[in-house]
Order: sequence, then structure tokens, then C-alpha cells
Amino acid sequence: MDKMPAWADAVLVPLISILLAAALSAIVILAIGEDPVAAFKLMVDGALMRSSGWGYTLYYTTNFIFTGLCVAVAFHASMFNIGGEGQAMIGGLGVALVCLFIPFPHWSVALLVATLAGAAFGAVWALIPSYLQAKRGSHIVITTIMFNFIAAAVLNYVLVNLLRPTGAMDPATAIFPQATHLPTFQDMFAPEGSRMFRGSPANVTFFIAVLACIGFWFLIWRTKLGYEIRAFGFSESAAKYAGISPVRITIVSMLISGGLAGLMALNTTMGEAERLVLNATEGAGFIGIAVALMGRSHPVGVFLAALLFGFLYQGGAELALWTNIPRELITVIQALVILFTGALDNMVRMPLERLFLAARRRDS
Amino acid sequence: MDFATLLQVLDSTVRLATPLLLACLAGLFSERSGIFDIGLEGKMLAAAFASAAVAAMTGSVWVGLLAGIVASLFMSGIHGLASITFRGNQLISGVAINFLASGLTVLIAQDWFGQGGRTPSLMGGGRFEPITLPFAEALRGVPVLGPVYAELISGHSILVYVAFLMVPLSWFILYRTRFGLRLRAVGEAPEAVDTAGVSVIGLRFAAVAICGLLCGLAGAYLATGLQAGFVREMTAGRGYIALAALIFAKWRPWYALSACLLFGLLQAVALRYQNIDLGGITIPVQVMDALPYILTVVILAGFVGKAIPPRAGGEPYVKER
Repeated sequence: MDKMPAWADAVLVPLISILLAAALSAIVILAIGEDPVAAFKLMVDGALMRSSGWGYTLYYTTNFIFTGLCVAVAFHASMFNIGGEGQAMIGGLGVALVCLFIPFPHWSVALLVATLAGAAFGAVWALIPSYLQAKRGSHIVITTIMFNFIAAAVLNYVLVNLLRPTGAMDPATAIFPQATHLPTFQDMFAPEGSRMFRGSPANVTFFIAVLACIGFWFLIWRTKLGYEIRAFGFSESAAKYAGISPVRITIVSMLISGGLAGLMALNTTMGEAERLVLNATEGAGFIGIAVALMGRSHPVGVFLAALLFGFLYQGGAELALWTNIPRELITVIQALVILFTGALDNMVRMPLERLFLAARRRDS
Repeated sequence: MDFATLLQVLDSTVRLATPLLLACLAGLFSERSGIFDIGLEGKMLAAAFASAAVAAMTGSVWVGLLAGIVASLFMSGIHGLASITFRGNQLISGVAINFLASGLTVLIAQDWFGQGGRTPSLMGGGRFEPITLPFAEALRGVPVLGPVYAELISGHSILVYVAFLMVPLSWFILYRTRFGLRLRAVGEAPEAVDTAGVSVIGLRFAAVAICGLLCGLAGAYLATGLQAGFVREMTAGRGYIALAALIFAKWRPWYALSACLLFGLLQAVALRYQNIDLGGITIPVQVMDALPYILTVVILAGFVGKAIPPRAGGEPYVKER
């Protein structure tokens, strides 16, 4: 017998967790002598009340959709991929290599090839940890953490020693050729001469992220592979009994996961910076953990959670600009969301379950 | 490389290995009791900030050390609450703790000191001063052994000696006391410990508390011994290197010492030499940075020895009803 109706599990538990995280964040803001209500208003003003604010919010959202889906796919196979950060870094390398060395006639072709390259590079970076998990039983959490650091060292080496243009000081590649520059929201939606989305980095990659959400839903709930992934996630022994190969599912789901993380580089590297910089990922791989947990590993949930974090990121930047509250407030909120929706899930769930049971008993 | 340079590199190895060793032993206690802890980094960071902040305000490094331990214990408390009491996912809880420390330390530092997320530089009594061991100066003239004693063994701050003494102490606690036996048992077969009438929850909380204490020492050493004050993200991945060392050491105290010394040596060499020239082949500094992680993956893969974690690690204990 289910203790709770499905809607309560999908909506009520995350909602209460977010409210708890928000309340604690407000206390933190109060404790450093600022006004939480005013801070929230400022965040809404900066992130949602102007078109350029939306441009930034959706830019961050795009990153978080990719990394959120990356973590979510692994969650469905009951694995925890902490390596989204490293996979996105290496994905960025793939995107940068094709952008720099293939002369593209048009951005659409460039986008297509870069999508494949980013996904392939990200997937390759997830391959070794997944192989070790499947074949040698090394814990995927530890190996992906290690691979994050190895990725940072690889990227550092490549940028400093190989791809840095001669004479340049900062560890970054040259600017990509003009033909690979992706259209921004301003190019696409702003009427001639208007200031809509001016200067904001949101670009066509956002729609690829939305497509990825739809594709994710189709893959997980409408294909044989998705069924196998979920079956493996529920019970490894049952999946094995049903003839599903644990090795294959572990590796394939991690490849998809790494590929999704690699796609994030389209947005940051090709869409925004238009060159590969050392810190292109900016911790987005880790925010994917919060996004996937909050979104309950469902694409709609991931999309909404990514939007919330996009808002928090842009709003946090506004706060840092206008008040004495540093950007790290967002890190605290992120930590609280991970804590309440992930680790302290039972703290919220147990009393709720008791409540629903009591209500049902009264009804009957 | 001459003798004096070698001594300097080894000296800095000892210094750099100290926080790794303390954090590694912290993880050892926690993971041996069945509680995975990837939040070592966060606890160290919280302790580093608290100790530097309080030492800067009171001028006493000892009060600072105490504050660091309290901060680290607080983080441990959250981890225990999430992973023992509410039977949540220990890995996710660890991730949350790392971010919580990373955000809160800068937030509070900015509020208290207004220096862009750092504490003022510590001076005088606010730092752990190097201790000169007896006869260090007198024996300096003795060939080879004299300089080794004076440079390498003498002249570190008290926490370095504490860290190295923690190795035999941890071994003794884990392998020669009743508490240690139970602690190791609870990480392998908690149901057996429960059947024997010993509290699984109590033991695990004790282990998590020891972990917090040791991480507190590690963080305090970073901010008040190794450096003079707190800067943002000053742990710089040391918590993860300690985790790597723990796996490298196969969850054993003496192996932990050698693993931490090895990783400390790698750090010391990377710090001193940018690129190493080995007879025509240049090893870039990035290889040195990545080597601890690569070695750990190789060990984890079981190609060189096999690292087997405690059997009940990562699983919350549910009493049968």
C-alpha cells in the first residue's frame, strides 16, 4: 500500500524542502544584517523584470538543464555521477577543437558538429569510470570525483601548452571563427533597433536544452533502453534475472550522462565565451546535482529546477552588485537545497507520510 | 639536487602532508564505521575559517583551534543527522556539506571582516609557532643526521607532531581497544553489533564525531599553522586528496601515513619545480597535480592491489522489526 498519493511525493515533498531551504537562507541573510525581503525583490527585479535579466537567467538555465539531466540519467540507473563538472570540461575541449580546426560555412552546421563533438568528448570522459564500476567494482562516486580533478589538469595542460595562441597571457584558446558564432536571443527575437535581450548571453543552445528534456523523457519512459535503465536502477538483481546486462546498462547510462554534461559546453564555450577558457564550467556540474534532486529526475522537474537555479544565479549576481551580500549566498542556498531534497529527504517525508496515513484512517 | 634542497623539499612534504594525514585519519574513523564521508573538504574549510576568524579576534590561537573543532563538529553533526538519524544518502549529504562550508565561510568572512571573504592576517599569538626540539641547534653540526634533525624533525608547529602521533594512536584505538573492535564491526556487519546489544547509532555518531574533531585539527592547521589566515577555498581539494589517500591506504592507519607522505611529496615537488626535466622528457606540472587522483583510480581499479571498502559502508542501518 502506498503511504502517500503520487502527487504529494512529486510536488509536496520537494516544495516543503525548498521552503525549508528558503527559510534557512532568509535567516542567513538576516544574520549578516541584510533584509531578506528586499534582497528577494532585488533578485526578482534583476533576473525577471528586464529582458536582459531573462537573457542571463535563461543562459544559466540552459547550463543547469544539461547538467541536471546528466545527473538525472545516472540517478535512474541508481548511480551518482559527481563527474558532470569534469565531463563538461572535456566536452568543452571537444567543442573548441571542432570550432577552431574545421572551417564551417554556417553556424548551423557548426552547431550540429559541435553538438556531436561535445557529447562524444563528455561521454568518453565518463567511459573509464563507468567501465571501472561495471567491470572492476570501483565506486563510481570516487572515480568520477578523481576524474574531475584529472580533467582540470588535462584542460590546464592543453590550454597552457597546446592551444594558447602565441603571445597570449591567459590560459585560453583563440577566439573561434566568426562562422561558428551562435545567434543570441537578441539576434533571434529583438526587433530591429530594439534593446530587447541586449548584451545577454542566452542563445540558440537553450532550445537544444529543451529538446534534450523531451528526448530524455522519450528515452527513459518510451524506449526499451529507458525501461532497462529504470529496471536496473530499481533492482540490479531483478534486472539481471530479466536478462538485462548490468555492465551494458552501467556503461550506456553513464555515456548518456557524460554526453549530456558535455553538451553544456555548447552554451558556455560556443555560445557565450566564443573561446575555451580555463574555468568555463563554473561549478555548473555540481549544481546539476541539486537540480536533479529537486526535479526528482524527471525532465519537467529538471527544467523547472534549472529555471529556479538560473534565477538564483542571475539574482545572486545582482545582489553582489548592489548590496553587501556576496555571490556565495547562492552556494549556501544550493547546499541547503541539496541537503533538504537529497540527504534529509526522510526528515520531510516521514511526518508527511504519517499525516497522510492518519487522514486515510479517519476517512475509512 | 643537493642535500640542502632535498631537506627543504622533504621539510615542505611534512608540512603539506599534515593536513592530508589528519583529514585522512578523520575519514578512516568515519568510513570504518560505515559512514562514507566525502565532506572532509567542507569540514576542513569550515574549521580553517572558524579557527582563523576566532584567532584573529581573540589573538589566541588555542581559542581559535577550539572554534575550528566546534565548527567542524557542527558539520559532522549535520552529516550524522542526515546519514544516521534520517538514513539519507551519505554521499549527497557530503556534497551538501562541502557546498555549505564553501558558501558560508565566504559569506560570514565578508560580513565580519569585509575583506572580500578572507580573514585578517594572523600575527604573534594568533598562529602556531614552530617548536624547536631540544638540542636541535647544538646537534646541527653533526654530519647528515644533525641537519636532518634540525631542519626536518624539529621546527614544526605543534599540530604537525599531533598529526604524526595520531597514526599510532588511531592504530591503537582501532585494533587494540574494545571501542575500536566495535567500530570496525559496525562498518562490516552492523546487524551483528546490534544483536550483541551495542548501539549501532551511538557507535556511528561517535565515529562521525571523531572525524569532525580530526578535520577540525586539519583545518585549524591550514589556517593557523601552514598559512597565516583564511582565504576563500583555501582547502583547494585537500579533502579529496585525503579521500584518495584513504583509498590508497586501503582504510588502514599506517598505510595512511605513507599515502599522505607520498601525496605530500607530490605537492611539495609540484610547488617547488614547475616542470621536471628527466633526461630529455619534461614532466609538466599538471601531471604532478593529477598524479594523486590517477594513482587512486589505478588502485581502485584493482590493477595494483585491491582496495576493498568496509562492507556496510554507505548503507544506513535499519533495525529489523
